[in-house]
Amino acid sequence: MDENEKFDKYAVRFEDLYKIYRMGGNEVRALDGVSAKFEKGSFWAIMGPSGSGKSTMLNILGCLDRPTSGQYYLNGHDVSQMPDDDLSDIRLKYLGFIFQSFNLIPQLSVEENIALPLYYLGWPLQKRMERARELGGMVGLNKRLSHRPSELSGGQQQRVAIARALANDPVFLLADEPTGNLDTATSIEIIELLKKLNRDGKTIIMVTHEPDIAAHANSRLVMRDGKIQKIEGGAL
Amino acid sequence: MKMFSPARFLQDVELGIKNLMLHKLRSMLTMLGMVFGVGSVIAMLAVGEGASEKTLEQLRKLGSRNIIVTAQKPAEEQNSANSRIRLSVYGLLYQDVERIEDTIPTVSRMVPVKSMEKPGRFGSRALDMRIVGTNEHWFDLVRRDVVAGRTLEAADIVNHRSVVVLTETGARRLLATQAAVGESLHLGSNYYEIIGIVKSEDASEGASQTPDQQTDAYIPITTAREQVGDFFVQSKSGTMIRELVELHQLLIEVDSEEHVEATAAAVERMLGIFHKKKDYGMSVPLTLLRQTEETKRTFNIVLGAIAGISLLVGGIGIMNIMLASVTERTREIGIRRAIGARRSQIVSQFLIETVVLSFTGGLIGIGLGLLIPWVITLASNMPTIVSASSLLLSLGISVSVGVIFGIYPAFRAAKLDPIIALRHE
Repeated sequence: MDENEKFDKYAVRFEDLYKIYRMGGNEVRALDGVSAKFEKGSFWAIMGPSGSGKSTMLNILGCLDRPTSGQYYLNGHDVSQMPDDDLSDIRLKYLGFIFQSFNLIPQLSVEENIALPLYYLGWPLQKRMERARELGGMVGLNKRLSHRPSELSGGQQQRVAIARALANDPVFLLADEPTGNLDTATSIEIIELLKKLNRDGKTIIMVTHEPDIAAHANSRLVMRDGKIQKIEGGAL
Repeated sequence: MKMFSPARFLQDVELGIKNLMLHKLRSMLTMLGMVFGVGSVIAMLAVGEGASEKTLEQLRKLGSRNIIVTAQKPAEEQNSANSRIRLSVYGLLYQDVERIEDTIPTVSRMVPVKSMEKPGRFGSRALDMRIVGTNEHWFDLVRRDVVAGRTLEAADIVNHRSVVVLTETGARRLLATQAAVGESLHLGSNYYEIIGIVKSEDASEGASQTPDQQTDAYIPITTAREQVGDFFVQSKSGTMIRELVELHQLLIEVDSEEHVEATAAAVERMLGIFHKKKDYGMSVPLTLLRQTEETKRTFNIVLGAIAGISLLVGGIGIMNIMLASVTERTREIGIRRAIGARRSQIVSQFLIETVVLSFTGGLIGIGLGLLIPWVITLASNMPTIVSASSLLLSLGISVSVGVIFGIYPAFRAAKLDPIIALRHE
């Protein structure tokens, strides 16, 4: 923990982010000067139609991509122009991903999937498995720990993914359409689980295009044409 | 986190094995290239080593400092129509020995040999023996250990003594189990006192180069010349063969290995002057030894090329499968990268998998490489030698093949953009 980390009350802070793609002679501004701050402990939904720049936003927030210009502070660290290896380390330590299509590794069991981030963090096997079981229990899967992902329902798979995202105790969870592949009832279960995690103090940033789902978040950021169209319930 | 730890490495290997076990048939088929590559290399090396070792062993027994000159009946006389009545005069002369001794300084010792087939009798037992008239240096040059008694001495030669040294096999066959030394043996038309017994060489096929035989009876050359003479009459399938031969063989020992070839050339030139017909043949074990070693080296180069090609094919097979595997597991790579795996960790994951594949293939190949020579030896009685170095070499090569052919697929996996990889279906 360095100084920045201790005193930064924002999990995410970005100023004047631009992401510009050149396609042929055309210039596409996927992000066109975006600034926002997400406090620790908040639950944000990023909304917008396709092509609004929310996927680009997600990739940059998730440290999978770098902005063309502008600053992005993650837990007080400027990660805007970090080299690839450092971004990997940032993802490993501070981020937890939840995907629309769950993205579990099919040949690994449930507990091995949950323990995967800990493997890259260098935890010894014993400790890894203990933590994986604990998290598996927390998301209600203690009876399925040795199953393969393909033996589970969609809702269960997403629970595994959530447990995996929590394994490294991240600064925030980054969820990309977490209910996109689920039926309504299961969607609500997953949303309730996320809300519970948020109540317990976890910062959550969720990208979705469904207003019903976004309504569960405390704050909403709506994007259009690479710009922030409006912000509801949060500080800018 | 970036430190190397054996426990972690083992986990990585375990993960690699697990991934390979997901596609058992595919992994096995991929390994086949390595299995046959390594197996055939070891087997071929073992056969080659066994064959050349046998030849080299025989040549070494002849002594690397020796030159062997053998009397040969000239070709025109062998087919002569009137050989029934003609007397063949050929072979080496007593004078040759003196001439060589006098003129070639690099010759350290010489052993003249006069041999003839005669029946040996001891009590009621009889055995066809080869009487070898020679001198005291024979036993040293041909390297025969004494089993009992002593070998010929200079005094035996000088004093024309009627003494005989038998070989172990000859003695056993002629004398059964009786203690032989001191007994009297009837050879041809004379009696000889048995003074010693030497070890006999196992008669193996292809040993025609060896100048001694199993049932030799060694007597002083002087005695042989006196009592048997130089004129031989032999009856072979109804034909009388009459020959006048002074010496059948001449063993020449050279003072050092470097001088062997020059000395052989000098001896040949010298004999050429005094022998009008080519009635002798020369064999230089050192030259043969070098030729055999040269042949072996060529053989190994050819073998290396074949092995290289088969391992190359095996390696390409592995690379092909790993490239397919990378494409197939693009999504997994994306997930691992999103979670926080570095590029280098993806590289090592795939590299370990490839090496596990090629190393396992190599191990099975070694099993095959041990089995094939064993079966060959069992089936054809051909000697095979599997050297430890060929096994180590094979393992080393199989690991290198894994690394070399695994690097490209591994780097391709690591280079994938995680954003695109995550979307891959």
